[in-house]
Amino acid sequence: MTNKEKYVNAFTETFDITEEETKGLQYSGISAWDSVGHMSLVAALEDAFDIMMDTDDIIDFSSFEKGMEILSEKYDVEF
Amino acid sequence: MNFEEMLQRTPYSFSKEEKEAVLTERLSELTEKHRVSCPPYGNILRSAGYERGRIGSYKELPFLPVRLFKELELKSVPDDQIVKTMTSSGTTGQAVSKIYLDRVTSANQQKVMVKIVSDFTGSSRMPMIILDCPSVVKNRLMFSARGAGILGFSIFGAKRIYALDDDMKLNVEGLKAFLDKYRGQRIFLFGFTFMIWQHFYKELVRLKQEGITFDLSDGVLIHGGGWKKLISEAVSPEEFKRCLTDVCGLSHVHDYYGMVEQTGCIYMECECGHLHASIFSDVIMRRPLDFSECEVGEKGIIQVVSTLPESYPGHSLLTEDEGIVLGEDDCPCGRKGKYFKVIGRLKNAEIRGCSDTYAEKFR
Ligand SMILES: [Zn+2]
Repeated sequence: MTNKEKYVNAFTETFDITEEETKGLQYSGISAWDSVGHMSLVAALEDAFDIMMDTDDIIDFSSFEKGMEILSEKYDVEF
Repeated sequence: MNFEEMLQRTPYSFSKEEKEAVLTERLSELTEKHRVSCPPYGNILRSAGYERGRIGSYKELPFLPVRLFKELELKSVPDDQIVKTMTSSGTTGQAVSKIYLDRVTSANQQKVMVKIVSDFTGSSRMPMIILDCPSVVKNRLMFSARGAGILGFSIFGAKRIYALDDDMKLNVEGLKAFLDKYRGQRIFLFGFTFMIWQHFYKELVRLKQEGITFDLSDGVLIHGGGWKKLISEAVSPEEFKRCLTDVCGLSHVHDYYGMVEQTGCIYMECECGHLHASIFSDVIMRRPLDFSECEVGEKGIIQVVSTLPESYPGHSLLTEDEGIVLGEDDCPCGRKGKYFKVIGRLKNAEIRGCSDTYAEKFR
């Protein structure tokens, strides 16, 4: 699986949505991505990429695209 | 200084004068914002004789009795901007406060909470034991104070386990496995004071008699929710700490004071046993007779102010708790700002008396 696929997977499995629906998705844009869902998403991403995110990055993680930016800039995940 | 700039500062870095200026600016702004956007709040200000230009210090701003959030729906944003509603804990049948959060307020609560707690635990995330049951966070549309607390603190948990099952039984096997897996790492524990005492501490004591022990000497525990329910058990804060150290070696224990109406701005207990106000909020003790400000060392009713609430007019509140300011800017732990202690809840009759006196102000 490519990193992009792993990344998309974390979203589709945590929030039970399709790949199509991940595009442009924002925090609290769907009911599943609330504060509880957010921590589940973080856990899924940390497992998928074997990383540990900083609290600041968890807070800044505000959309599907922003998350990719954070992972590639700070956690060396190449997409 | 705007709010974004405040977020760049460390949470206990303002001296009295700097804090006074920053809070006065921000809290006056919030008062004005809510006056315009929340009509019931505007009415209250009008009956309180509030005049915009005459506020010289944040200490002169009007405050709402905290129970008003049980009686009125107070919000300053349209319904479609509300992303989360939080409720105060209350026994069945009792009215609960409802606090409406928009995206900005909700995010700022989390940011400020992280800044405050990191000052005590460091900013790295740790394996986390939640001393509660998973069902507390089940209803995702309506968060109780307990659920909100757990969620807020969960950001510090790198891996998380609930210590109790939904029947409030300690998950002994799960806990053992978790501690084995993360041995040698600092463990973060979080829970509510009474729940910890009732369902964790007492069970550990019982297990110890059976020869089952836990070593939590690498742990740091943060707990909140108040001591009211523990009074009948005659457990003092000192006793609470001593007992936990005795039974499982846990020695880094911090109490905190906070309320669902001002989530995010918690008051953490430092190494000297004092609760501290950060740059994002403050406490003012008030004399019950005329609501003038108490001297240092004088007991009064606690008013809390917070720079966070943008979606509801909860930036200046009179609580139903009593406390004493112990000092300002000079706690031996080195943190600036006021440090204080909470004595406890006002009795119901006192609260009624107090609301009557307070109601007088609005006539
Ligand atoms: Zn201190």
